[in-house]
Amino acid sequence: MPPIQSKGVETVSDELALVRAAKRGDMGAFEQLVKRYDRNIFRIAQHITQNREDAEDVVQDAFLKSFQNLEQFQEQSKFYTWLVRIAVNESLMKLRKRRTAKTVSLDEDVQTEDDAVPREVADWAPNPEQLYKQEELREILSRTIQGLPSGFRTVFVLRDVEGLSTEETAEALDLSVPAVKSRLLRARLQLRERLNKYFRKSNASGETRSEVR
Amino acid sequence: MHPGRQEVKCAEFLKELTDYLDGVIDDRTRAELEDHLHWCHKCYVVVSTTKHTIEIYRDSQLYELPEDLRGRLRQAIMTKCAASKKKH
Repeated sequence: MPPIQSKGVETVSDELALVRAAKRGDMGAFEQLVKRYDRNIFRIAQHITQNREDAEDVVQDAFLKSFQNLEQFQEQSKFYTWLVRIAVNESLMKLRKRRTAKTVSLDEDVQTEDDAVPREVADWAPNPEQLYKQEELREILSRTIQGLPSGFRTVFVLRDVEGLSTEETAEALDLSVPAVKSRLLRARLQLRERLNKYFRKSNASGETRSEVR
Repeated sequence: MHPGRQEVKCAEFLKELTDYLDGVIDDRTRAELEDHLHWCHKCYVVVSTTKHTIEIYRDSQLYELPEDLRGRLRQAIMTKCAASKKKH
């Protein structure tokens, strides 16, 4: 079976030139960086916070903080990885504010080891996403990923949705590479298991489903 | 099974699943895992459905930033940055 193809954010050789120009006070250069990464930062923030208003705030705060701290960016990593790190921290702060009595961190609910064992193994319909209308599919995917602990969700989003490498994900989240791999495995398997009920072969009636429960 | 290769058990296969899916695994281990997939339908289904899970999320366009909101956010960001620059 061929490996999955990573989407990734294109590595553009002029990123560093834009960062250096922005450091010299070129606002146009910084705006180019905003245009390049705003969609990615919004997706990451909404995946973590699960709240549209919070995601909008995170996009603004992450870019503003990166601008204010641009001098501290050492250019040893990609600007994008550094920006993601800021955005993840801002997103986790938003989560903490919403759950005032509960501490939220990337270590939340990720201590169990037995969740990597698939409980149900059912084959899926050939093109399971076509069993649902586009809006229904988005609702299913959104609800399913919301059920993951934030520590798993964040790793999955950075690696599999945004296409960061394992090393970049580790750097952005201040985790070790083995920790990223372990969480990614469990996030992937948990999502797969949770999607079973929507996509398994017995659901493939050949008709488009009209309702999501 | 190929002669000389260790038989891979399901639990061992799962440990390697992420590297296998990402294609970051040495040739020998890949061959051993694929031997396992030839006879273990359960692991074959886990691999194919996990791969599909990743692809569905990657291609889902979940939480796309609408263009009108995008424009407003960018304007707000640049205004805040300009104000912050003046302070320093």
